[in-house]
Amino acid sequence: MAGLELLSDQGYRLDGRKATELRKVQARMGVFAQADGSAYIEQGNTKALAVVYGPHEMRGARSRTLHDRAVINCQYSMATFSTAERKRRPHGDKKSTEMSLHLKQTFEAAILTQLYPRSQIDIFVKILQSDGGNYSVCVNAATLAVIDAGIPMRDYVCACTVGFVDETPLADLCYTEESGGVSSLALALLPRGGQIALLQMDARLHQDHLETMMEAAMTACKGVSKVLDEVVRQHLQEASALSRD
Amino acid sequence: MKDTPLSNCERDFLLKAIEEKKRLDGRQTYDYRNIKITFGTDYGCCFVDLGKTRVMAQVSCELVAPKETRPNEGVLFFNIELSPMASPAFEQGRQSELSVKLNRQLERCFRNSKCIDTESLCVVSGEKVWQIRVDVHTLNHDGNLMDAASIAAITALCHFRRPDVSIQGEDITVYTPEERDPIPLSIYHMPISSASPSFNRERICCGSM
Repeated sequence: MAGLELLSDQGYRLDGRKATELRKVQARMGVFAQADGSAYIEQGNTKALAVVYGPHEMRGARSRTLHDRAVINCQYSMATFSTAERKRRPHGDKKSTEMSLHLKQTFEAAILTQLYPRSQIDIFVKILQSDGGNYSVCVNAATLAVIDAGIPMRDYVCACTVGFVDETPLADLCYTEESGGVSSLALALLPRGGQIALLQMDARLHQDHLETMMEAAMTACKGVSKVLDEVVRQHLQEASALSRD
Repeated sequence: MKDTPLSNCERDFLLKAIEEKKRLDGRQTYDYRNIKITFGTDYGCCFVDLGKTRVMAQVSCELVAPKETRPNEGVLFFNIELSPMASPAFEQGRQSELSVKLNRQLERCFRNSKCIDTESLCVVSGEKVWQIRVDVHTLNHDGNLMDAASIAAITALCHFRRPDVSIQGEDITVYTPEERDPIPLSIYHMPISSASPSFNRERICCGSM
């Protein structure tokens, strides 16, 4: 959109944030009693719900059982009311399948699947309100849900979407910034070891700027990991306080 | 039919060879296989051979109504078909994970990078625009379909010529190639994908079966 200033001269973005500022993260774990693990996360205006079932016996295609590790089955979906225009999204469409594949790839890197041979772990993520950074919020929600389910992971998986405007990387893009044709990079990171689980980039970016964007993305992910860690510890405190009484 | 699994000794052999920087066909770690590009008789038809991987791309165009959110931009549509001809592991009709991945990669590579000027494809704003359809068919799968498909797609798009159009008031006249020379698409740059898998900290370029 012409005339929409994504980064003002004073360094403020459309929603008043600075370039490296993340959106406010609020999360809750254990929102569903039925599921093995569940989590709800709000990152700014993007809201996602993640549910984990497992590890359990292979359901559906028995032939896909792996003899030495667990199969991770991810499903990503967006609610019809999640975007500005109400849009019915069929289940098998290309974009959701691609997102599901990316989530599967991300969690296969983090979950210790060798501990559960011949079994299956299901991760279902649903976007309730979409305001940019869909993939990143899904990964964060799914991380919390997997932790809530008690499935061992190598490290937290934290994700963040970073954009590049006027030679400055912008952390945690919102929808208006994403659709403004800005080159965006989504990074899923295991913060302690600095290992990248998934790196995805859209639109053109000069090679020289890649380093800067990666740095910004890593810093943003580490910021997210601190918040997620807080949430997990608080949840544990509450849970242990309840069980003590 | 499922992919034939690799036996344990084959896998160990491969990994050991890669650690010693040797590959099955004698290439160095960063060597590409020979790329051969040939064109068909129609505009927009090309064959790409990447070693033994063979892929064909065909570009066609049609006048359609534009998307409501983008009334003065043309439409780019990519479709990659994994036919059973390429490999016994591909099934006819079923949209496997690989097929979705390749389709999305092609879309992202060409559509999101804005390599083609879609505004030049507009004929009557809000009513008629050109829809450019790129169909990529896999003929033989010997690894690295993604790179072969992206080379084929961009070459076919560069080779393609669309019919000339003229507008007189309300009427749109599409000229045949005999009446007026067809026009090439306006392409800003040529995105090429390059797959680079890494095995246990060793990186190699251009995977092959």
